Amino acid sequence: MSKPLVAVHKFSSCDGCQLAFLNLGPALLTLTEQVEIRHFLEAGLDDPETAVEIAFVEGSISTDEELARIQRIRAQSKTLISIGACATSGGLQALRNLGDTESDWRQAIYAQPEYIRTLQHATPIKDHVKVDFELWGCPINSQQLVAAIRSLLFGVPPLENDAKLCLECKRQQAVCVMVTKGTPCMGPVTRAGCGALCPRFGRDCYACYGPGENPNTDALAARFSGLGLLPDAIARRFLLINSNAPAYRDAGLKALPSGRYPTQHD
Amino acid sequence: MPDSRHCLQDAIQLNMTERRIKIHVPALTRVEGEGALHLEVRNDTIEQLQLSIFEPPRYFEKFLEGRAYSEILDIVARICGICPIAYQMSAAQAIESAFGSEINPWAQDMRRVFYCGEWLQSHALHIHLLALPDFLGFQNAIEMSASYPKEVRRGLQLQGVGNALISLFGARSVHPVGACPGGFYRAPDLPAVQTMIAKLEAARPEAVALLEWVCTLPLPQDDQTFTSVSLQHPREYPLYSGRIVSSNGLDIAAEAFDAHMQENHRPHSTALYAHLDGEPYLVGPLARLNLNLDQLPDAVANTLQQATAGTAVTFPSRNMFHSVVARAVEILLAIDEALRLLRNYHCPATPAVAVTPRAGTGVGASEAPRGLLWHRYDFDDQGLVRSARIVPPTSQNQARIEADLHRSLRTFGLDQSDEALRLRSEMVIRNYDPCISCATHFLDLQIDRRP
Ligand code: SF4
Ligand code: SF4
Repeated sequence: MSKPLVAVHKFSSCDGCQLAFLNLGPALLTLTEQVEIRHFLEAGLDDPETAVEIAFVEGSISTDEELARIQRIRAQSKTLISIGACATSGGLQALRNLGDTESDWRQAIYAQPEYIRTLQHATPIKDHVKVDFELWGCPINSQQLVAAIRSLLFGVPPLENDAKLCLECKRQQAVCVMVTKGTPCMGPVTRAGCGALCPRFGRDCYACYGPGENPNTDALAARFSGLGLLPDAIARRFLLINSNAPAYRDAGLKALPSGRYPTQHD
Repeated sequence: MPDSRHCLQDAIQLNMTERRIKIHVPALTRVEGEGALHLEVRNDTIEQLQLSIFEPPRYFEKFLEGRAYSEILDIVARICGICPIAYQMSAAQAIESAFGSEINPWAQDMRRVFYCGEWLQSHALHIHLLALPDFLGFQNAIEMSASYPKEVRRGLQLQGVGNALISLFGARSVHPVGACPGGFYRAPDLPAVQTMIAKLEAARPEAVALLEWVCTLPLPQDDQTFTSVSLQHPREYPLYSGRIVSSNGLDIAAEAFDAHMQENHRPHSTALYAHLDGEPYLVGPLARLNLNLDQLPDAVANTLQQATAGTAVTFPSRNMFHSVVARAVEILLAIDEALRLLRNYHCPATPAVAVTPRAGTGVGASEAPRGLLWHRYDFDDQGLVRSARIVPPTSQNQARIEADLHRSLRTFGLDQSDEALRLRSEMVIRNYDPCISCATHFLDLQIDRRP
């Protein structure tokens, strides 16, 4: 039987999620015995046009070229998986969606702004094409990746884990940083999957895995306020890595008296 | 750049059979991020040569405005998945300098260890997955692993040890969460440190073998003139901090960097081009090693001497293809430095000093795996960022890469086949290990203020 074909595509991103492949160590070689990676530029595989069983997509869409490219990728891929915050929610760079700022910034930054063609917003893959599965995280880790590939090789859909981080803290027996230190932790509204890394290191979660199921953002915003956070600071908690995920975006903008981000700063 | 003598030659040769070559590599492989190469040759002249960087900008410097100092490390990490620690360490130093905070000696040492993990990981990845296939004649490392299983496995294992070292302090190797202004959120416990020491000890002979092996690779001989720039530190091989020095005698504090460095924008690139006092310059492993040979610990210097004996490799080197050797040297150095500092490990009274914000400006510079990484932040009295400026290594190298391509391709011979020219161009570019994801996101906000 021929091996299933796999492609790894990159859009606007930091390359960190692709590292879930390249950091597999010797297991990377084992993986290539089970699947055939056809396209993965960073790894030296350049074949973007071949039809594949599984396409992994990193990064958000922020240019016309990217818009056209994701359509082609969708058309030639049986299963399309978005990997990481950039691809799944728009990522950190989606902060620019919150204000009417992109063209101003381009003007401010480049001497010849007319050469820089970018869309006004940085958007997740699912805004443009059907996404079959999402792997959340900034970055995703190798376990998520391997689990997803394994499920697909067995012909079953990868398991969706949208439980909250707080549950993972309990499982890991991590001490709650909000209760013991009064640190404004995003755990109560964040999806599990990382292994509760931040609380285990004695710090607040900053929600790099995105919203968990039915996040009660109002209750958490009220709690932050009780801990002494001012509205701006509450908004910044929600508006960071996954600011374009609706639950966080709404909660962040709601916290701001002006309802606008970025707040004026002088 | 073709000088007048070459133009003359071109004129003389015009009556010979004309040869036109157009090489366009729309998507460079085995580099971080997305870039393209465009080369046009007519007879003996390079008419056009561009390393185009077309990754869309992600505007990090603007996102930082209005954010609190305590958020910066989590934000700047996202600029690059391969060197997040470099971003965190340059930023942490800038924040602490702006607020007048001194971190404790424990945190100082452990930041160096943490950073060694990134050098180890990034260099091992670059050598094995990105660079070696060029020298050994393969398309990629997966293909190469069929003929060189032991070497590829060794490389991936070294990369893994680097990742483990990062995770010891940062919980994970990509966008680690452990560092904070003032030090670290948590100190590793002794058993975890012991386990790490054992891993490093086991990796050391592998790193020595790697260094010996890369010295025997068929590296092209191609000497050229360039200016090396790196940090320099009175007591150690530069990594975490130091003054900025160059092979032309520059020796300045990090604060003075932007007075000497100019960035400008070219139409074919979303990255900016940096010049130092008007000239292209080199940052990265080869520049660091060239300028800091005296700072290599004895054990590393001796191994290097043995490994290069009887080969064409010597340092300081003017051959950019020796960059791969410089990376192997720095892998061994990173292991030895981490071992030296971890063997004296003790649990600190506190992993971080308290940091109190105040209005002001701070600069931080450190040596990312790919070279000097410079940050400057201006804060208000609440510790919110008023403005940020970040100069990553790849935009500093970009002018140098194009200058190198011009002369390397001439030396190589423009009469070579298209395929050979393309491959040589890619090899030249990969010597710099360009990180395009980094390069595109930084932009000099001063520029637009010029008339
Ligand atoms: S999700 Fe995070 S780690 Fe992944 S590519 Fe985007 S910025 Fe990088
Ligand atoms: S605890 Fe939160 S911020 Fe930290 S790694 Fe997990 S999801 Fe990301």
